[in-house]
Amino acid sequence: MSNAGKRVDREVLAQRFRQFIDPEYVISDDETLKPYECDGLSVYCEQPMLVVLPETVEQAQQVLRICHQEGVPVVARGAGTGLCAGAMPHPEGVVLSMAKFDRILEIDTLARAARVQPGVRNLAISEVAGKNGLYYGPDPSSQIACTIGGNVAENSGGVHCLKYGLTVHNLLSVDLLTVEGERLTLGSEGLDCYGMDLMALMTGSEGLLGIVTEVRVKLLPKPEVAQVVMAGFDSVQTAGDAVGAIIAEGIIPGGLEMMDGHAIVAAEAFAKAGYPTEAQALLLCEVDGTSEEVHEHIDAVESLFKRLGATSVRTSHNEEERARLWQGRKSAFPAVGRISPDYYCMDGTIPRGQLAHVLTEMDRKSQECGLRVANVFHAGDGNLHPLILFDANVPGELEKTEAFGAWILELCVEVGGCITGEHGVGVEKIRQMPAQFNDSEIEQFHRIKAAFDPAGTLNPGKGIPTLRQCQEYRSLDKDIEPNAGAAAQLHDHGQGGHHHG
Amino acid sequence: MADMANLLVEQVLAAREQKQPLRIVGGGSKNFMGRAVDMSLSELSLAEHSGIVSYHPVELVLTARAGTPLIELEAALAEHNQMLSFEPPRFGEGSTLGGTLATNMSGPGRPWWSSVRDQVLGIRLINGYGEHLRFGGQVMKNVAGYDVSRLQAGALGTLGAITEVSLKVLPKPGSTRTLVSDCELGEAVSIMNQRAAQPKPITAACWLDNRLYIRLSGAHSAVDATAAQWGGEELEDADAFWQQLRDQQLDFFSTEQPLWRFSVNPTARMPQLSGGWLVDWGGAQRWYSGAADFAEMEQIAKAAGGQVSLFRGGDRSGEVMHSPSPAVQVLQQRLKQAFDPDGLFNPGRLYSWM
Ligand SMILES: Cc1cc2nc3c(=O)[nH]c(=O)nc-3n(C[C@H](O)[C@H](O)[C@H](O)COP(=O)(O)OP(=O)(O)OC[C@H]3O[C@@H](n4cnc5c(N)ncnc54)[C@H](O)[C@@H]3O)c2cc1C
Repeated sequence: MSNAGKRVDREVLAQRFRQFIDPEYVISDDETLKPYECDGLSVYCEQPMLVVLPETVEQAQQVLRICHQEGVPVVARGAGTGLCAGAMPHPEGVVLSMAKFDRILEIDTLARAARVQPGVRNLAISEVAGKNGLYYGPDPSSQIACTIGGNVAENSGGVHCLKYGLTVHNLLSVDLLTVEGERLTLGSEGLDCYGMDLMALMTGSEGLLGIVTEVRVKLLPKPEVAQVVMAGFDSVQTAGDAVGAIIAEGIIPGGLEMMDGHAIVAAEAFAKAGYPTEAQALLLCEVDGTSEEVHEHIDAVESLFKRLGATSVRTSHNEEERARLWQGRKSAFPAVGRISPDYYCMDGTIPRGQLAHVLTEMDRKSQECGLRVANVFHAGDGNLHPLILFDANVPGELEKTEAFGAWILELCVEVGGCITGEHGVGVEKIRQMPAQFNDSEIEQFHRIKAAFDPAGTLNPGKGIPTLRQCQEYRSLDKDIEPNAGAAAQLHDHGQGGHHHG
Repeated sequence: MADMANLLVEQVLAAREQKQPLRIVGGGSKNFMGRAVDMSLSELSLAEHSGIVSYHPVELVLTARAGTPLIELEAALAEHNQMLSFEPPRFGEGSTLGGTLATNMSGPGRPWWSSVRDQVLGIRLINGYGEHLRFGGQVMKNVAGYDVSRLQAGALGTLGAITEVSLKVLPKPGSTRTLVSDCELGEAVSIMNQRAAQPKPITAACWLDNRLYIRLSGAHSAVDATAAQWGGEELEDADAFWQQLRDQQLDFFSTEQPLWRFSVNPTARMPQLSGGWLVDWGGAQRWYSGAADFAEMEQIAKAAGGQVSLFRGGDRSGEVMHSPSPAVQVLQQRLKQAFDPDGLFNPGRLYSWM
C-alpha cells in the first residue's frame, strides 16, 4: 500500500492549490466533497481530503508535484462511472478530477484519428467524427457519460469489441503526467513504435501508473449497413453452440450478445423490444460492413440459427427495427434494476465453450444461497455480466451477494478465464487477484508499479494486493473452506470466496 | 516439440548466479535486428521449446510455445480455414512465434487486421529472477493486472524470455483480390488514405515503383463490388506479391544500402531524401533504403508524427532505435530493473544503455 506517511493539513494544502487553480475548483468542504465519495460501485465510499479540478495540464502538473513533495495520495477521476471502486478516494488524498479537460482538440479526417483531452466523453468523439463518416470503435454501455481518460485507465470494452477491439486496440498515443509531474508521450501518430510497448502497459493500469492528459484515438469509417438478427433458444447450451457455429462459419459479427431467461423477461418488460419471453436464451447478432457483405452474412446467420434449433428468429430491416432490438439489451441493467431493489454487476471472462457449464453452476449456487441472477453476456468474446439481485436493506444480504460474486469470479478462473474482462480490479476484485496470479506474478506487478511510482502515492490500495493481503486471503480461505459464505461474513467487505487450488 | 521450460529456467538461474548475460535466440532469423550484440555471450535458445499447447478454432484462440515456427502454426490454422491475422513476416524458415512478438513484426494487413501486439492475449515469461510467470490469459478480454504481455512487443527480449504465447486468431477471408494502378508517390499516399476512410473491405495498401497496390478481402460479393467500383488492373499471382512484400523478398529489399523503417502519420508528406522508398500500411510504414544521416531522419520522422529506426544493415554499433525522450528513457530503464535487475537478457540489443 501507500507509504504516504505524513499527515498534511487540508486547509494548508487547499490554500497552496488555490494559488494557481480557480479557488472554486479546489473543493474542501464536506458537502461539496460528497459526490466524489464513490464511483459507479457505491458500496465502497470514502471521503477524500480534497478534490481539485485543474483546467490546464500545467495546473495538473503542479498539483502532482506538490502532492509528490508532500507524500499525498492522488486518485484520478473521470466521470466516476467505473464499476470496481477504482476512482474511490483515499481518505488522506487528493482526487484529481479531469472533468475540465473536455475538449476535442483535433479531428484528423484523412488520417482517421482524433486528438482529445481525457475528460471528453466516449460518445462525444463519435458524435463529432460522425460528421465526416467516422466513429470511435469501443462503445461501453456507459458511453454517454464515461470519459476517454477513464476508458484508457480501464481498457474499456463494449458491444462491438469482438470485431473492433478494446480501448488498447484503438489508441495511437497517450500523453501522461508521471507521479513526479513529468510530461511524456507514449505512442505516436504512426503504428507500432520502437522499443517496449509502454502505451499498452499504461492501458488498463487503473490510474496506478500515471495521469492521462491527452489521447490520440483511431477512428473507423462508419459501416454502410448494419443489421441485427435476434434468435430465441430453449436452452443456453443451444444458444452457446450457435455462437460457436457462427464463428466456425468464418463470420465475425460486429456484436454478438446473449441474455438468459431472467434478463429477457426483465428487458422485455422494460423496453418492449419484442423479445420472446418464453425463451431460455436470446442471441443478438449484428452484422455490419458493405451492403453486399451484410446481405451475404445475414442470410448465413439466419439459416444457421434455424438449423441449430432457434425457437424464433427475427431480423431488422431498417434502422428503427435495429435500434428497437438493441434497446432491450442496452437497457438490461436498468431493467433488472426494476425487478429488484438492488443488483450487483459482475464481470468475469470465460472461454466460450465453458458457457453452459458456468451458467448451470451459477444457477445451482443461486438456488443454494437464495439470490437470483440475471445474465447478460458479451457472448462473442466470452465476457459474462451476471447481475446478482438483492436487497441492501435486508441485513447481511449485501455480504451474501458479494460472497456469491466472488464465488462466480473464482469459477471463471477455474474454467480458464479471468476475474475481470473490462471493469477492472480497483478495490472490488483485489480479493480475487490471488486466485488468478501467484505471489511471484503479484510481486512483478509491484515492481512495475514501483518503476512508475516508487512512493506508491498514485491510487494506493487499488488493483494489486500486497503480498501480505494475498497470504491473509489464502489462509482465510483454507481455514473456512468449503463454506464460502461464512468466509465472507467474517470479512470486513465480505469479498469471500473459496479455494480452487 | 517439447516443453523445455524447466531447462530454460535452470539456464537463467545459472546465468544469474554467474552474472553471465544471455543472448535470447528463437529461430535466429531476426539476428540482424536491433543493435549488434556480443556474440561471445552464451545463447538462451528457445528453438527446442516448441509446439502448439492448445488450439480451439471455435474460440479463435491458439496457445503455443515461443519456439514454435510460424510455418507450423500457419499449417495448423489452415486446416480450420483460420490464420494469424497479423501476417507475421518470415525472414527464414525458422521464424518463431516468440521472436515475432519480441520484435512486434506484422505484415501488410496490419492497419486493418491488427498487429501481433494487438492479438496477444497472454504470455509466459522467465524474468531475470529466473521466475517463470504467467500474464494475461486465453480469453479475449482480461484486465486483471498490468498488461505485461503487450509490453513485450518491441522489447527485443530485454525484459525476459517469452516462453509461451496465447493469441487471438481469425477466419480466413472468403475472397481476396488485388488491384494495381500507375501512380506517383504523393498521389498514392492520398489515395490510400481516402480509400481507407471508406467502409470497404480494404486489407492492404502499398506503393512501389510508381505502382499502387490495393488488396481487398472479405465476403465475395463485397470484394467484387468494391473492385468494380474502385477499378484498376487485377494483379495476377497477388498472394506471391504480398508474401514477398511481407518477407522482404522484393527487389527493393535486396540492396547494399542500409534499410530504415519510418513509422509515421499515414498522411505525412514524403521527405526529400535521396534513395529508394516503399510505402506500406496505407502510408503508415515507409521503408527507405539510403545513406541519409540518422539524426536528420529522426527530425523528419518527428515532423511526420512518428519515428524511424535502422532496420537492416548500416552501423549497428551505435543506436538503431529512434531515441526516446529523457522521461521515457528513465521509465524504460526502471522497467528493465523491475524485470531484469542484473541485466541478463540481451544487453545492448535495444539501446546501448540497456
Ligand atoms: C451503466 C454502466 C454501464 C457500463 N458499461 C460498461 C461497458 O459496457 N464496458 C466497459 O468496459 N465498462 C462499462 N462500465 C464501466 C465504466 O463506465 C468504465 O470503466 C469507464 O471507462 C470509466 O470511465 P470514467 O470516466 O467514468 O472513469 P472513472 O470511474 O472516473 O475512473 C475509472 C478509473 O480510471 C482512473 N482514471 C480516470 N481518469 C483518468 C485519467 N485521466 N488518467 C489516469 N487515470 C484515470 C480512475 O482513477 C479510476 O481508477 C459501465 C458503467 C456503468 C455505470
